[in-house]
Amino acid sequence: MIPFLIRRIVQSAVVVVGVLIITFILIHLLPGSPARAALGPQATPAAIAHFNQVNGFNLPLPEQFLDYVNRVAHGNLGYSYTNDQTVASLIANRLPKDLVLIVFSTALALALGVPLGIYQAVKRNSLGDYTLTGVAFILYSMPTFFLAFLLLAAFAVQFHILPPEAPQAIGVVGILSHPAGLVLPVVSLALVSFAAFSRYMRSSAMDNLVQDYIRTARAKGLSEWTVLVRHLLRNSLIPIVTLLGLSLPAIVAGAIVVEEVFNYPGMGLLFFDAALKQDYPVLMGFALFVGVATVVGNLLADVVYAALDPRIRYD
Amino acid sequence: MVPGQSPAALPATEPAAVPEPGPLGASGEAGSIWRASVRTFAENRLAIAGLGIVVFMVLFCYVGPLVYRTNQVTTNLLAGDLPPSLAHPLGTTGAGYDVLGRLMVGGQNSLEMGFAVAIVSTFIGTMYGAVSGYVGGVVDGLMMRIVDALLAIPTLVLLLILVNVFKPTLGLLIVVVSLLSWLGVARLVRGETLSLRVREYVQAVKLVGGNRRRAVLRHIVPNAIGVVVVNASFTVADAILVIATLSFLGLGLPPPAASWGGMLTDGLNYLYDGYWWLVYPVGATLVVTVVAFNFIGDALRDSLDVRLRHR
Repeated sequence: MIPFLIRRIVQSAVVVVGVLIITFILIHLLPGSPARAALGPQATPAAIAHFNQVNGFNLPLPEQFLDYVNRVAHGNLGYSYTNDQTVASLIANRLPKDLVLIVFSTALALALGVPLGIYQAVKRNSLGDYTLTGVAFILYSMPTFFLAFLLLAAFAVQFHILPPEAPQAIGVVGILSHPAGLVLPVVSLALVSFAAFSRYMRSSAMDNLVQDYIRTARAKGLSEWTVLVRHLLRNSLIPIVTLLGLSLPAIVAGAIVVEEVFNYPGMGLLFFDAALKQDYPVLMGFALFVGVATVVGNLLADVVYAALDPRIRYD
Repeated sequence: MVPGQSPAALPATEPAAVPEPGPLGASGEAGSIWRASVRTFAENRLAIAGLGIVVFMVLFCYVGPLVYRTNQVTTNLLAGDLPPSLAHPLGTTGAGYDVLGRLMVGGQNSLEMGFAVAIVSTFIGTMYGAVSGYVGGVVDGLMMRIVDALLAIPTLVLLLILVNVFKPTLGLLIVVVSLLSWLGVARLVRGETLSLRVREYVQAVKLVGGNRRRAVLRHIVPNAIGVVVVNASFTVADAILVIATLSFLGLGLPPPAASWGGMLTDGLNYLYDGYWWLVYPVGATLVVTVVAFNFIGDALRDSLDVRLRHR
């Protein structure tokens, strides 16, 4: 276990360096240089030279990269010119709201996907299985923005049950105190993950159903419910841990779209506004932040997976 | 395609870390496996339905405009936002374009982008994965960490940055989406290669004096084709969705070019006005097409997966 842990941590560190290199390259791919982006098209050559001098953009690239890594290591993700704030403080301000959105929707997706996936595996090739497969395929094949708009059209425009816009409060407490406004964004994001989770759960449970230990449990005379919950569910859940780790980038991408549709004041909306205004420090800071979060998430998922499943032995 | 080498005795020579055998190399000769695969595929009604839908969509988009002629270039504001009628079976858009005709023309762009992305990214990913897995060692580790790093940042984030910087055109969208879609294929093909490269018939290439390129191109890639084909089908579906999402975020093809994602985005602006014909026909067309590609991928996976079939 310990050698495996060390190897995985080293691997993750290499990947983090890779993410840093990607964001660094992106910064230097931008046409017109960061100076143009910050100072605008009217800037004089002298002003640009001064800006490059002050920010170290005239140094050789490897030196600039080390400088970039050094700044990131000290929590300095850059400065947003359009928001007049550091990128780190912008992310710190928006992150809790995203956690609300992502945690609630993922929990909802799991609460729906896990039992329905098991139901499908147990009753495979039944009418219920086919129906749920169809629903999962349609949800999976639908652009997230279209799904969100359909829910909006039904519940906010047609029936006036729910507000069409997410809560606009400043803090997390403010957002949580308007739960009605949270329903549509959370459900939209949850339905997309639900499709993936239930499909995955179905095949995971189907693999486990033919295992000997299930036959043994049945042969012992345990009730079907006990077999399903105590034996099948617990074992089928283990791969979901890995799936959760791997799904993080997709969930963040979904959050960008959902936040745009419902005007949810999270990181996704911040990122999208930054893309429109070409606020590069925010774009790179966000990409870096999500990238590192994903690498850490995958690492945690692997460790939890190994801890949960005693059959797994790493050499 | 597969040399007449029986791999029956192989499992013993495989190291423990190697994943399960590839779909084609696992048993028997190639011909019977292909025939069996085609049979399993044909037995899967969903797959046939998916294939039928794709064929229909291609005919609809490419033959349709020859039969049903509409003007999709110049605007006609006097005939804007008309509800469905005999003259315009699916109504008109705000700029006066006939919706049914625009579905066909827009579909050409959406399908072409989807297919092009699948072809380009499948090619890049297959080569990358095969080389990485065949060479092995430090090079393999490094190549795969690059893939991990690119996978860690959400595709949409990278796309938004790139498409914002370079103005979207058909070619640019294909290139940019392809550059971010080959990662999954590369991982899968590498996994296949790891199990294929220790097979005797691949080892034999070295003995008879074949070079590495021959081993990769003639023996590894053809035998990993199963996972490649399955993945390509899913890639078409994903690419159509990603490009539609870019349209929604304002980074699709600029007008008068049409695409399903762009039409859907425009239509959603009128959602509150009750102009349903601008939303539901194109939404349904897009979803049905993507579902069809996913059905095909799912069925191909089942029919090419030898293990699954024998269970």
